[in-house]
Amino acid sequence: MKRIIGFFRDALHIGGKDLKDFYRDRARIISFLIMPIFMMLLTGFIFPSQSSLKNLPVGLINQDGGPVSEEMISVFSQMKTGDTNVMKLKPLASEDEAKQLIKEQRISGALVFPEGLSDSLKNKQQGQVIIVTDQSNPQISSLLTGMLEQALSGMGTQMETQAIADMTGGRMPQEAITAMVTPIQVQTRGLIAGNPNYFQFVAPGVMAMVTVMAVMMGLAGSVAREKETGTLDGLLVAPIARGSIVMGKTFAQTVRGLAQGAMVLAIAMIFFGVRVYGNFALLVVMLILGIFSFVGLGILISAMVEEQETAMTIMMTVTFPMLFLSGAFFPLQQMPGFMQAISKVVPLTYVVEGLRQVMVLGAGFTQVLRPVLILLAFGAVTLAISIPAFKRVVTR
Amino acid sequence: MVSNGNEHDIQVEGLQKNFGELEAVKDLELQVPHGEIFGFLGPNGAGKSTTIRMLCTLLRPSGGSASVAGYDIVTEAPEVRRNIGLVAEKIILYDRLSAKENLYFFGRMNHMPEEEIKQRSAKWLDRLGMTEWKDKLTGTFSTGMKQRVNIARALLTSPRIMFLDEPTLGLDPQTTRAIRSFIKEMGEQGITVILTTHQMAEAEMLCDRISIMDHGTIVALDTATKLKGLIGNGEGTVLDVLIDGLTEEMRQAITSLPGVKGLAESEAGRLRITTTRPSALGAVMQAVRDGGGTILSMNTLEPNLEDVFLHLTGAEMRVELSSVVPSGHPQMGRTKRVR
Repeated sequence: MKRIIGFFRDALHIGGKDLKDFYRDRARIISFLIMPIFMMLLTGFIFPSQSSLKNLPVGLINQDGGPVSEEMISVFSQMKTGDTNVMKLKPLASEDEAKQLIKEQRISGALVFPEGLSDSLKNKQQGQVIIVTDQSNPQISSLLTGMLEQALSGMGTQMETQAIADMTGGRMPQEAITAMVTPIQVQTRGLIAGNPNYFQFVAPGVMAMVTVMAVMMGLAGSVAREKETGTLDGLLVAPIARGSIVMGKTFAQTVRGLAQGAMVLAIAMIFFGVRVYGNFALLVVMLILGIFSFVGLGILISAMVEEQETAMTIMMTVTFPMLFLSGAFFPLQQMPGFMQAISKVVPLTYVVEGLRQVMVLGAGFTQVLRPVLILLAFGAVTLAISIPAFKRVVTR
Repeated sequence: MVSNGNEHDIQVEGLQKNFGELEAVKDLELQVPHGEIFGFLGPNGAGKSTTIRMLCTLLRPSGGSASVAGYDIVTEAPEVRRNIGLVAEKIILYDRLSAKENLYFFGRMNHMPEEEIKQRSAKWLDRLGMTEWKDKLTGTFSTGMKQRVNIARALLTSPRIMFLDEPTLGLDPQTTRAIRSFIKEMGEQGITVILTTHQMAEAEMLCDRISIMDHGTIVALDTATKLKGLIGNGEGTVLDVLIDGLTEEMRQAITSLPGVKGLAESEAGRLRITTTRPSALGAVMQAVRDGGGTILSMNTLEPNLEDVFLHLTGAEMRVELSSVVPSGHPQMGRTKRVR
C-alpha cells in the first residue's frame, strides 16, 4: 500500500514538474491556445453549414419584370438565417455578366427570371427560372440551390393550389386540394429538437482529435526532450519506479489535453451554436477513455525515439491518417469498404463515436458501453505492451 | 543504508557491454575501496562513459557482473540508486525551473523530507557559490553555473558514491579550478568518487588511482606516479625534438629504433618520443641526420600520463599542444607543457 502511494506521489511530482515546465514555455503556451481555435475555425471554413448562408451575394437578372418575378424577388430577399438575410440580391443585366462575376468570385450564384415568365404562367403554361451556380464551391452551391429550389417549389405549390381553387370555383375543400397537389407529406423526426448543423457533427470529432493528439504528441515530445537534454538520466538514477515516470508524464499531458478539448468545446458552443445534449460528466469520461486508449501507443513511440523531431514526425504520420479514418470529419459510411475496415481498428473511431452519441444524441452510459469497452480493451492491450517495452528500452 | 564492512564500494567482474557489433566494454575487472577518488582516463570512445552508465544502472551489462555499494547493479538496481549521485555528460537540470526548484524536485525524486531538502540545498548552493542565483531559471545560466548547480543536485542526497563523467568538460578555467578542488574535498569527506576524464592533468591532480582505458579495456591501473614508472621501469624519458625537414621515412626510422616506445607529432616538425633507455637519444639524433634533417631544439622531459598512454597503446590519446597552437605555425610552438 505504501508503495502504491509512493508510486503515485512520485508520478504527481513528475507531472507537476512537467506542467510547470510547460507553463513557463511561452511558445508552447501560445500554440496550445491557438491550436484549438484554429482547428475549430478551420473546419468552419472548410465545411460551411446552413447557418453560414448569410448575406450571400447573389446576382439577379430580371428579364421578366412581371408580377410573378416581383413576388419571387420579395420572397427571396426576405429569407433569413437567424436575424440576417440569407442573400443580398444584386441586379445584373445578363446571364453572361453573372457568369463573369462568378468567375471573379464576386457573387456566389445568380437567379435568372427569363422574359415572359409571368405571361407564361398567366396563360397556363409552365414557367422557367434559371439558377446559375458557382461550381468552384460545391458546398455553398448545393446549400444555396437547395434553399432556392425549396422556396420555388413552395411557391409553385401555392400557385397550383390557387389555380385548382379557381378552376373548381370553391366546390372543392381546401384540404382536398392540398392532398391533390402534394399527396405525400414528409415528416422528419430527430432525437433532439431542431436541426443540428454540421458543427454539431464535427465538434465531437475535433474535440477527440485535438485532445488525443495533444496527449500523444505531448507524451512522446516530453520523453524525447528529456532524453535529448539528459534530464531523463536524473529521473532514472533516482530510486523511483520507471512506471511512475510514465504515469507522471501521462498525468501532465492528460491535464493539458483535456484543457485543449475543453477549449474546443467552449469555442464550438459559444461561436458555432453546438450543444451538449448528453451528460457532461459522461463526455469527460469518454475523453479520458480516449486518452487512455492512446497512451500506450504514445509511450511505445516515446520509448523508441531518441529525438524530439523524430517523435513529432512519427506522431504526425500516425495521427494524420487517423483523423480521416476515424470519421471525425466525414461520416464513415462515405468511405470505401477497405477504409471502413481499417477505421474499425483505429481507436479514435470509437472516441468520436462515443462522444458524438453523448453530445448529439444525448446517450447515457449504457448506450455508449460498446465504445467504452472497446477503448478500455485498446488501452489495456497497448499499455501491457508498452510499459515493459519502455522499461526495457530506457536501460538498454 | 547497508554498511558493507570491508567489501569494496565498487566491485566489477568481467563486465561487458556490446552495442550491436561494437564491443564498448570488454571484460572489465575492477575494485574500488570506500573513500577513494578513482579515475578513468582515456580518449573519447574508450568505454569510460559506458562503464559509468552501467555502474549507475542506466545501461544493462551484456555480460559479467558488478556491485556498487555492495548491491548488484542488475538485480538490486533500486538499492544502487539510493547510494549514488551522478553528474553525467549532459547536465541534469530543467532549464525552466530555478536552481532551487530543480534541487527541490530531485530531492523529492529521492524521497527526501522537505526540511532536509531545504537545508541541504541551501548548504550546497552556498558552498558552490550559487546562493545569489538560487531563484533564477537555470536556463539563463552559463555552462559553468549550471554545472555548479548540477553538482549540488548530485550531492543533495549525500550519496555514498559519486559518479562524475567529464565534470569539467567545456568549462571556463575558474569554474574548472573550483570544481576540481570541490571534488578533492568530496574525497576528503569520505565519499567514493568515480571520475572520467580525458585530461591528464585532471586525473593526476585528483585521483588516488587511475585506470587508463582504451578500446573498452583497462590497459593500466595504478597511482599516477606508478603509472609513469611504467615507462622503462622508471628510467623512461620523453624527448621533445623540433626537426627541420622531417620526413615520413625519418619518422619510421625513429619508430623502429630500439628503446623507442612511442612517437607522436605534437605539431608540424615537433616530435614527442617516448624512450625506455637513455641511449636512445643518440640514436634519434643519428636517425635525423641520416634522413637529411636538422634538429632545431631538443628537450628531455619527465613522462606524463599521455606518454604512458602512448607507451601502452601505441596511439595518441589527444595531442594537447596542437590544440593550443594551430598546426602550420610551427615557430609559435614554443609552449612547454604545463605540469
